Amino acid sequence: MSTYAQKKGFGATVWDYLTTVDHKKIAVLYLIAGGFFFVVGGLEAMFIRIQLAVPNSDFVSAGMYNQILTMHGTTMIFLAAMPLLFGFMNAIMPLQIGARDVAFPFINALGFWLFFFGGVFLNLSWFLGGAPDAGWTSYASLSLASEGHGIDFYLLGLQISGAGTLMGGINFLVTIINMRAPGMTYMRMPLFTWTTFVASALILFAFPPLTVGIFLLMFDRLFGSNFFVTAAGGNTIIWEHLFWIFGHPEVYILVLPAFGIFSEIIPVFSRKRLFGYSSMVFATVLIGFLGFMVWAHHMFTVGLGPIANAIFAVATMAIAVPTGIKIFNWLFTMWGGSIKFTTPMYYAVAFIPSFLMGGVTGVMLASAAADYQYHDTYFVVAHFHYVIVGGVVFAILAGTAFYWPKMFGTMLNETLGKITFWLFFIGFHLTFFIQHFLGLWGMPRRIFTFLEGQGLETGNFVSTVGAFFMAAATVVLVINIIITTVKNEKVGNDPWGDGRTLEWAIPSPPPFYNFKQLPLVRGLDPLWIEKMEGKKGMTPAEPLGDIHMPNASFIPFVISFGLFVAAFGAMYRLDYGWGLPVLIIGLLITFGSMFLRSVKDDHGFHIHKEELIDEDDKGVKA
Amino acid sequence: MHAEEKMTLEKWPASPEKQTLEAKNKFLGFWLFLGGETVLFASLFATYLALKDKVPGPDHALAKDLFEIPLAFLMTMILLTSSLTSVYAMYHMKNFEFKKMQLWLGITVILGFGFLALEIYEFYHYVHHYGHTFTSSAFGSAFYTLVGFHGAHVAFGLAWIITLMVRNAKRGLSLYNAPKFYVASLYWHFIDVVWVFIFSVVYLMGMVG
Ligand code: HEM
Ligand SMILES: [Cu+2]
Repeated sequence: MSTYAQKKGFGATVWDYLTTVDHKKIAVLYLIAGGFFFVVGGLEAMFIRIQLAVPNSDFVSAGMYNQILTMHGTTMIFLAAMPLLFGFMNAIMPLQIGARDVAFPFINALGFWLFFFGGVFLNLSWFLGGAPDAGWTSYASLSLASEGHGIDFYLLGLQISGAGTLMGGINFLVTIINMRAPGMTYMRMPLFTWTTFVASALILFAFPPLTVGIFLLMFDRLFGSNFFVTAAGGNTIIWEHLFWIFGHPEVYILVLPAFGIFSEIIPVFSRKRLFGYSSMVFATVLIGFLGFMVWAHHMFTVGLGPIANAIFAVATMAIAVPTGIKIFNWLFTMWGGSIKFTTPMYYAVAFIPSFLMGGVTGVMLASAAADYQYHDTYFVVAHFHYVIVGGVVFAILAGTAFYWPKMFGTMLNETLGKITFWLFFIGFHLTFFIQHFLGLWGMPRRIFTFLEGQGLETGNFVSTVGAFFMAAATVVLVINIIITTVKNEKVGNDPWGDGRTLEWAIPSPPPFYNFKQLPLVRGLDPLWIEKMEGKKGMTPAEPLGDIHMPNASFIPFVISFGLFVAAFGAMYRLDYGWGLPVLIIGLLITFGSMFLRSVKDDHGFHIHKEELIDEDDKGVKA
Repeated sequence: MHAEEKMTLEKWPASPEKQTLEAKNKFLGFWLFLGGETVLFASLFATYLALKDKVPGPDHALAKDLFEIPLAFLMTMILLTSSLTSVYAMYHMKNFEFKKMQLWLGITVILGFGFLALEIYEFYHYVHHYGHTFTSSAFGSAFYTLVGFHGAHVAFGLAWIITLMVRNAKRGLSLYNAPKFYVASLYWHFIDVVWVFIFSVVYLMGMVG
């Protein structure tokens, strides 16, 4: 397999990525696709803010506004934030536990392609008669009344990409349970691995209710059933429950890995071990558990009754306790450390107060009685952007700077990185801080315009100015990426100089088998332990031997493509004669290729010891 | 130990389904998948309970009009038996008796088809005698979705087991395919457990009103 290091043509590279089952390349695919959708969702956000910059604006129509708003939320959550985090999980987690690959490389690729085709399908709605317009929550009472196929794009697209996410979650769980290197006990796992683990467990239990909800709504819209049709005995509240039983854990699926990224960055740049490691693990697990008990805080105004509201209010407030533990642990990690202010550390330091503010408004919203005032106002918009941007997006930006050298072997420019940070940080608070007050002053959420003379002009204008700062920050980031890629100055194993965990013990980017010999883990922060004893790298846990690797495969792409085709058939079945045949053809492609996969044996291949030694001779330069 | 290796009775280990790392991963991953499936069915059960007997008018059939215990009981018995026969199959798999394993799997498949046939008859009966359809009421939608999802799982399980039997008919057992048989049988048991809940929640509770 020494052909691996040779230069390849463009076509060969594309084919390589279309068929890859290597977690590091899948990570790159997730970053590219997630980054693309992040830009799309960001442009949608800009359109929203331009429309709301001045009163009585007619930049977009009311109906168009609904579509943009819906697609912004849906894209950001499902197609940008989650895939970008999945990118980091794929790139880093297997390295952190000292594994050569994930447990199910094939399923891992399948998960990516399902997400990708689902996302593309959803976004094609823009060109095929209009996007969904019932909000990212798609409440049944709205979505059943929505004409055209927008909502069908939402349902089918999310169903496909959701299946991919579920597979990704199972894969990460099994990888962490079964593939840890010798000595890597659970309580020695880095926190990013722990948060990946808990987030994956949440995916496993939270996505099925969404799957069911989407099926029911799809049946109602496309196959004439009556789940949410009140006249036939249906009940739209069922959708709200199913959606939020998924939806609340979803926010922890997003924010726990973000916590994980910061829990890696802060110790590295404080040059001090993470304060309260076991309480961090405990808090992560507890947050994951409580995350399933609080969904009805999104439904306080539905009328579930005072007892239900009270229970869910108290449960929600309880989550503030483990979250508070985490905040203090991060602070105490920095306390007395010798801090290096790099770009990732900037984000980490800014994250703490920003996220904390989102947490505080969260506790305010959790008081059921007060929520009647906040509900569906800009106060809520401010709240969830403080947690989602101040937490998740900051973490993604921090992770990009932090892990870029590990993934691509070259450092992003620090000066440009800090410019991005300041633009984004200022823009973020400009945009969203004032929205708390806009909400309290009575501006409803999901509204396409507002009137003059109600005291909302200044606030909205400030908010729009802030959004342009964030757009500028993103442009600088893209420039940074281009410059860095062109320059391509190679870095060594541990480019930040203070890496503590296993991923910094191997070359950047790692060889495709990651570890020539599995490392022996002797404690928390294994690389740091070795460094403290004056050693350069990890002690191997095994003699040099053959390495077993999985074969590349085109089948994941084809399976996902089949569902993509079938989705068109399902949607147009009632409008056109070709709908049904296309549905059947699509399903045949999917099930046919699954069948092919199961009858065709795939044992993978071995890299022989001699080849590994060969590569040693050639030196690290390759 | 190499998965592809040709096996003999002497070499056959005690837990052939868990010998290689791939097999262990598959085993664990499948259990987790079943955890997710459990939540999926739980959501469907909750929806069903919320919409049970919710019909647009008094002329629509309710649960107590529709369900007949003898048929549901017969279906339950068939499916439970098929779970037992799949246990026999796995017993022979562990003893490296390929022919006997195939035989018991074959019996499992036949019972599975019997179950599906009865289910189709049942649905046909409701549609033609009671006008109880997927689109006639929220109750109908919820009923056919819950029971139909289970039926689709049975059909998928049958296709899976048949594929495995045909694919491996000529080459016998190995450490490569033993976990595949084992996992398929786990799936079959899961389907069976779900049915027990359907029998209790839909049929028995439907009878008492
Ligand atoms: C970074 C720049 C961003 C800006 C300027 C922005 C702006 C907005 C605005 C103005 C709304 C409309 C609020 C309303 O009318 O109810 C909105 C809604 C929303 N945003 Fe953002 N947003 C940004 C980033 C994000 C990110 C990163 C996420 C998630 C990862 C996100 C998730 C949402 C969601 C879920 C909604 C609700 C959509 C709905 O009501 O259906 N946003 N955003
Ligand atoms: Cu929530």
